[in-house]
Amino acid sequence: MYGKGILKGLGVTWKRFWNTYLEDISWLLSGKKRYFTEEGVKHRASKHARGIFTVQYPEERLILPEEFRYVPFLVYDEGEGGKKEVRCTSCGICAKVCPPQCIWIVRSNDPNTGRPIPEPTEFYIDMDICMNCGFCAEYCPFDAIKMDHDFEIASYGRNVYNLEKLLKPASYYASIRPQNYAREEEARKAKEAAKAAKTAAKPA
Amino acid sequence: MDNEKLNLPQYDIPDDIQNAVAITTLDRLYNWGRRSSVWPLMFGLACCAIEMIAAQAARYDMARFGMEVMRPTPRQADLMLVSGTVTKKMVPAIVRLYNQMPEPKYVVAMGACASGGGPFKEGYNVVAGIDKFIPVDVYIPGCPPTPQALIAGLIKLQEKIDKESLKKVRWYRKGPDAVEIPVPILGPDLIDPRRSAEIKQIAAAVKEGAS
Amino acid sequence: MTAPASTQTVDLAARFPGIVTADTRPGYSGFIVEKDKLVEVATAIRDEFGYDLLTAVTAVDYLPEGKMEVVYHAYKTTGGPGLVFRVQVPRVDPIEVPSLINVYPGADLQEREAWDLMGIRFTGHPDLRRILMWEGFDGHPLRKDWKEPFYEEDAKPFKSRWPEGRHVMAEDRNPYKDNLKFPENFDPEKWIPDNDNMLYQSLKRYTMKNEDGLETDHIVVNMGPQHPSTHGVFRAAITLEGETIVGLKPVVGYLHRNHDKIGERNTFLQNMPYTDRLDYFNSMSNNLAYAITVEKLMNIPVAERAEYIRVIMAELSRIQNHLVFIGMLLNDLGAMYTPALYAFEERELILDVFEAVSGARMMCNYLRFGGVVRDIPPYVMQKIKDLVFDRLPAKTDEMDRLLTENEVLVARLKGVPVIDGETAIKYSVTGPVLRAAGVPYDIRRADPYSIYDRFDFDVAVRYNGDLYDNYLIRLDEIRQSLRILQQAVKQIPDGPINSQKPQYQVRVPAGEAYGRIESPKGELAFYVVSNGKPNPWRYHVRPASFVNITCLEKICLGAKIADFVALLGVLDIVMGELDR
Repeated sequence: MYGKGILKGLGVTWKRFWNTYLEDISWLLSGKKRYFTEEGVKHRASKHARGIFTVQYPEERLILPEEFRYVPFLVYDEGEGGKKEVRCTSCGICAKVCPPQCIWIVRSNDPNTGRPIPEPTEFYIDMDICMNCGFCAEYCPFDAIKMDHDFEIASYGRNVYNLEKLLKPASYYASIRPQNYAREEEARKAKEAAKAAKTAAKPA
Repeated sequence: MDNEKLNLPQYDIPDDIQNAVAITTLDRLYNWGRRSSVWPLMFGLACCAIEMIAAQAARYDMARFGMEVMRPTPRQADLMLVSGTVTKKMVPAIVRLYNQMPEPKYVVAMGACASGGGPFKEGYNVVAGIDKFIPVDVYIPGCPPTPQALIAGLIKLQEKIDKESLKKVRWYRKGPDAVEIPVPILGPDLIDPRRSAEIKQIAAAVKEGAS
Repeated sequence: MTAPASTQTVDLAARFPGIVTADTRPGYSGFIVEKDKLVEVATAIRDEFGYDLLTAVTAVDYLPEGKMEVVYHAYKTTGGPGLVFRVQVPRVDPIEVPSLINVYPGADLQEREAWDLMGIRFTGHPDLRRILMWEGFDGHPLRKDWKEPFYEEDAKPFKSRWPEGRHVMAEDRNPYKDNLKFPENFDPEKWIPDNDNMLYQSLKRYTMKNEDGLETDHIVVNMGPQHPSTHGVFRAAITLEGETIVGLKPVVGYLHRNHDKIGERNTFLQNMPYTDRLDYFNSMSNNLAYAITVEKLMNIPVAERAEYIRVIMAELSRIQNHLVFIGMLLNDLGAMYTPALYAFEERELILDVFEAVSGARMMCNYLRFGGVVRDIPPYVMQKIKDLVFDRLPAKTDEMDRLLTENEVLVARLKGVPVIDGETAIKYSVTGPVLRAAGVPYDIRRADPYSIYDRFDFDVAVRYNGDLYDNYLIRLDEIRQSLRILQQAVKQIPDGPINSQKPQYQVRVPAGEAYGRIESPKGELAFYVVSNGKPNPWRYHVRPASFVNITCLEKICLGAKIADFVALLGVLDIVMGELDR
């Protein structure tokens, strides 16, 4: 029959159209909220997604996976009295590995001896060059530079981030990447324990 | 809405018309009208264009912001989303498109490449940022910005539109901004006609090979 | 790994004594052909030895040796290893090499590219114009002694970034305060731009007289670079006689981002995220091709689990590419939005997987030499299983139901010829377009890489070579990819995900490697030459899209203008890869 194919295709769109309402009703009957809840968003990003597929940003947000990366930031530990203990030792690996070479660092020097101290005086990332590849975070041996989850950083001017703008607390890092953070902390503690055991064993 | 809030637009109102609120409400009406129907130009350059399409598609659905009407012709568009690397070969076409857009018009530099050259900045055929040729309203970092980041940038643009005033917007004023931007020329390298005298001067002073 | 098999199968040197010599440089393979006899030898390679598919033509500038080299890679469409042959010429202008366009028409655009970027004149080429840059551009950028305006150092990492941070913004290092470089005493006011004169002259060759001797005016229509249906910034200059296309020249380079030049400054690892930006729909496939090439050079094994992960990612990538292809093709044909929106829904779900494992939706940067960067977490593995066993098969069938039998679509697509198998091979067309023309050539089978030889799948092939078959073959390939995925997901072993330690500076021995994969768009290959330094001496991408559009002129001649968009659409070009 001529037109059968068209009808078949229309059947698909017809089904898709009603799916939204059927889903709405089934969520309503089960007493769950379909929109503006985390559960609803999760459902719409799963294999069961039927009908409407839209996640209504900014009211609803997609659940970002832990590994999601946007732009890099520097981690600092909160010391006593709110002192920022920057993890970066200005070893320069991130600047070396950066594919578009958008990181540049000024290493601190001790004013008296003139010898370098492991701390950056200045740290710049040109966000208009950065390609979000994540190499800096991947190869940093001190877990000092990490990739951010915050993507709402549009601005009215160009973006060259300095140390002040790049620094974020370790608690923030722990909040966006809990598993990575726990793993790294564990590794660090194990390392410190091994070191302590070594120094304890030495004098004996 | 109290009187103070109505007079929020950032320009001075002379004392004698202090209570004439018409102009401010007109501003607000005008801004509301424009911010709710920003029609983007269907104009994709590179990787970012795919995220722009994704932002138009089912999951992000830019139609919720009145931006679903992607016009392939510049004559019907309000917003140019520069989505991707701007190359020297392409920039004459971009400037021409921008000139053809009717005012009010906005430009969003989407992604690192359009903002400042991005990872390809060092390339010989890459323009280090579209703002060297046309005025940019919002810069969205990221490579590429995810659709959510793009929408966040467009909300930022809407905020900017909200703050505009009929009296100050550049398209209702005479001045250098109202002139068409001269289209760059493809020579031995990209020639910006606004800079030809300068180029001639530097080319005479610089020895070739000494870069 | 075994040495490239070309020398084992064919002894070209014995067939052409005195003209062809085997390449004996360490790390190199293949044959060096005497320049003057190139056409003769190439004809023999094609006709006597059966290497009918010339996939890559590229040039290498050996500046220290004072030589230029043109490298050709030829393969058999029946499968098996390839043959490398090359011509070496002294590096003194004018550098001339005979054109192979009459033996392998597929060399057309690639020779133009070599002329544009390397300055090698191919004698006998009928239309040797610049292709990626514009006429009038100063210099040939890929030559080793040509420096870009923002030139900083020969190789990354640049020294100014650390430890003093004396970095000066690129603009401030250039006298023009911009990415510009002009010849000495250049006067912009006296400059006469080419304004595409060369292009229009080359189109004039198609001026035809009417049957009754009347000369009718032909109209030149420029489609693009800003056009909704050219898939980016592609431009075609089309000469029309009425509604019939009588001449066509693709104009590309509007997204030429200097991949090759930047790639030569980058270290081997730094090129990985740049490959993401080639075919930005399939960054996983690009990563795979590049990783395979460098692993060939480094001669390292790949971790077993990582091989499976790579296959899973590459095939997921193929599925989303083909789904979007179908959506976009329908968009081009005027079925605005519905199929495309449906396709994008499934694409989003696949991208969710990519995002969860690699961190980014599109620019995955997921592969490393010897493996992958991180393991697939269990919850993502579950997601992949959900997709490949439940969701995607059902949605592929739904797409099938929605479109395949639609009478309007069938009437529009069926019987509109794209290309026949013989012509496709001549023009070096690869990928689904070739297979839709009845040539069952799929590198996953013809010259297996990674672990594709372990999976049970069929090479999708259709025989009519019309638009409809080109649409159907995408559906077939999605189904075959799902078959591979279902096996891979079941078989994937536990174990380490990288055979190497994580390191940012890899040691790559001197030599050359040509690694190729069956990307969703055709053959994607990298040609990398190393001289033992941390960064490649030559880094060349052999993109599927670029070589596939060589046939565009051929397939459009005689077609109606209304079909042009569809014909371009089925070639499935993506500008990031085409222009690089």
